[in-house]
Amino acid sequence: MANPLRGEVIRLYKNLLYLGREYPQGSAYFRQRLKSAFMKNKDVTDPDKIKKLVARGDFVIKELEALYFLRKYRAMKKRYYEPDK
Amino acid sequence: MSGRVLVGVKRVIDYAVKIRVKPDNTGVVTDGVKHSMNPFCEIAVEEAVKLKEKKLIKEVVAVSCGPQQAQETIRTALAMGADRGIHVEVSGKDYETLGPLQVSKILAALAKKEDAQLIILGKQAIDDDCNQTGQMTAALLDWPQGTFASEVSLEGDKVKVVREIDGGLETIKINTPAVVTADLRLNTPRYATLPNIMKAKKKKIANMKPAELGVDLTSRLEVLKVEEPPQRQAGVKVETVDDLVSKLKEAGRI
Repeated sequence: MANPLRGEVIRLYKNLLYLGREYPQGSAYFRQRLKSAFMKNKDVTDPDKIKKLVARGDFVIKELEALYFLRKYRAMKKRYYEPDK
Repeated sequence: MSGRVLVGVKRVIDYAVKIRVKPDNTGVVTDGVKHSMNPFCEIAVEEAVKLKEKKLIKEVVAVSCGPQQAQETIRTALAMGADRGIHVEVSGKDYETLGPLQVSKILAALAKKEDAQLIILGKQAIDDDCNQTGQMTAALLDWPQGTFASEVSLEGDKVKVVREIDGGLETIKINTPAVVTADLRLNTPRYATLPNIMKAKKKKIANMKPAELGVDLTSRLEVLKVEEPPQRQAGVKVETVDDLVSKLKEAGRI
């Protein structure tokens, strides 16, 4: 039972859950999607495959951070700067 | 040279929240509304942390003035890489009238106390849009100021600041200690991730009262009224060109 990658997966889930609180469509929407994405792979046992999936999750984290940054940047730009710049 | 940088962070209503005015027109609704760090303050924190990563400075101190919840904002700054925090506790009536002048007095007192080499602030907060705190702090300390920075580099005991001005950029070189205020394009602030927020809980936040710094918070401003911006008038659909022309004539456009 005690898979050495278990902690990794839980860490990933927690981090994603935390990021989801700011998701534009709401945290409930994000949480549901997140859970189903993890549940879909619950039977994966091959360590290499798990590592690949965790790497994919880490990539999603980077994407989300970029999304939030851009969203904020655009909002600020729209509010405070001339449109033609 | 102390190598210490003071960064001011403000807790404001989150940028994505729709602002609602209180029914009695005395202010905006803040209860139960999501708050976060002012986006321009995030840029200021990022710049200070970057300077530290380049080993140009030694310590980044995040300062926030406000009620208990301001500590969350300081915590975010610590998660982004600041070394320690100072929470200047201002609550109740004082917090309602807390403006740029009061905050700059606090920052000026802290800068002297902490022997800061540089103060980095956001150019303005997205709640009151004052754009005054940096300028006032520089004036109170009689330090040079580099406002609307889109590039900052330390050169010995001088700071080179590229400023965003109307229609272009201006490069200035000022002596330290100095006050720098961050514009939008200065950098891309990093995200305060969950593991970093957890780690930040170990960092220290000092608690202070304005009175301990010898700062008087009386405000000379009185807010008369806070109103919603005017609503956009609904448009009219016209059937034919003739209708359009007559409508435009009615409106006095042609």
